[in-house]
Amino acid sequence: MQIILNGDSVETMDNCTVAALLQQLGISRERVAVELNADIVPKIGYEKQLLVDGDKIEIVHFVGGG
Amino acid sequence: MTQTTDKLIIGGREFTSRLMVGTGKYASFEQTARALEMSGAEIITVAVRRINLDRSKESLLDYIDLKKYTLLPNTAGCYTAEDAVRTCRLAREAGMSDFVKLEVLGDEKTLFPDNEELLKAARILVAEGFTVLPYCSDDVIVCKKLEDLGCAAVMPLGAPIGSGLGIRNPYNIRIILESVSVPVIVDAGVGSASDAAIAMELGCAGVLMNTAIAGARDPIAMAEAMKLAVIAGRLSFKAGRIPRKLYANASSPLDGLIG
Repeated sequence: MQIILNGDSVETMDNCTVAALLQQLGISRERVAVELNADIVPKIGYEKQLLVDGDKIEIVHFVGGG
Repeated sequence: MTQTTDKLIIGGREFTSRLMVGTGKYASFEQTARALEMSGAEIITVAVRRINLDRSKESLLDYIDLKKYTLLPNTAGCYTAEDAVRTCRLAREAGMSDFVKLEVLGDEKTLFPDNEELLKAARILVAEGFTVLPYCSDDVIVCKKLEDLGCAAVMPLGAPIGSGLGIRNPYNIRIILESVSVPVIVDAGVGSASDAAIAMELGCAGVLMNTAIAGARDPIAMAEAMKLAVIAGRLSFKAGRIPRKLYANASSPLDGLIG
């Protein structure tokens, strides 16, 4: 299935959870935040939260800034 | 009054350093880390951005000891209350802290705050339990409104972000200092160590800067200069300066002159 990840169309497996997506991308959950269709997914919900075709995901972290 | 007893308290948390620094615009993460170290800052600002999906690239936090610093995520680049609130919620989730530097910009050329959107965002964030430190105009009315909304500090600009023009309107800063009881932190505009000292001598609780350090020819040395300037300015404010007089007043005794 296709999801929109940080603005780009990305192919993922069916029944993919947020936790599985982060693992697939090699991203550690500690210092990121995940938004699913403009709502924040709390870290405790990563295992349960299933993604569906067309979902819009944002994964953000901290960068240098003033 | 020594530094150890003169604490800065924001949102119920105690800090010894009154210099807050940004982490943008450095040549490298190593340089960022060294400048932070030399600045003595305990609060450092960061921005919230999409993660780079190419994980071969390193990230800022790989270089920063999070036990030593309180991260203050900003909402830089946000032009609406809605975007700023969304960014703060993401920051809290990523950082597990309620501290946010709220900025809602009105214009790309000046990066001046959109105070209307700022107040709207501050109201929502305070209600959601955030410790809100808003970057705002050097306008006492806006500062009082931000305080009334429950912001933990107010952060009026000294001059436009990154301009290095210094404290352009010290009288406005003084009026703000006399009118609000939350900490007043000058955010933006500082160019040199003397600018930072002036902000502190006015009685500000702290100074926040990024470009003045990161853009200096030697950022590491400038970080130390800013640290010392903020300490010196604070001590000078506390010590109480002499009144300005037009004419001289001799320091040496007039009695016992020869001849």
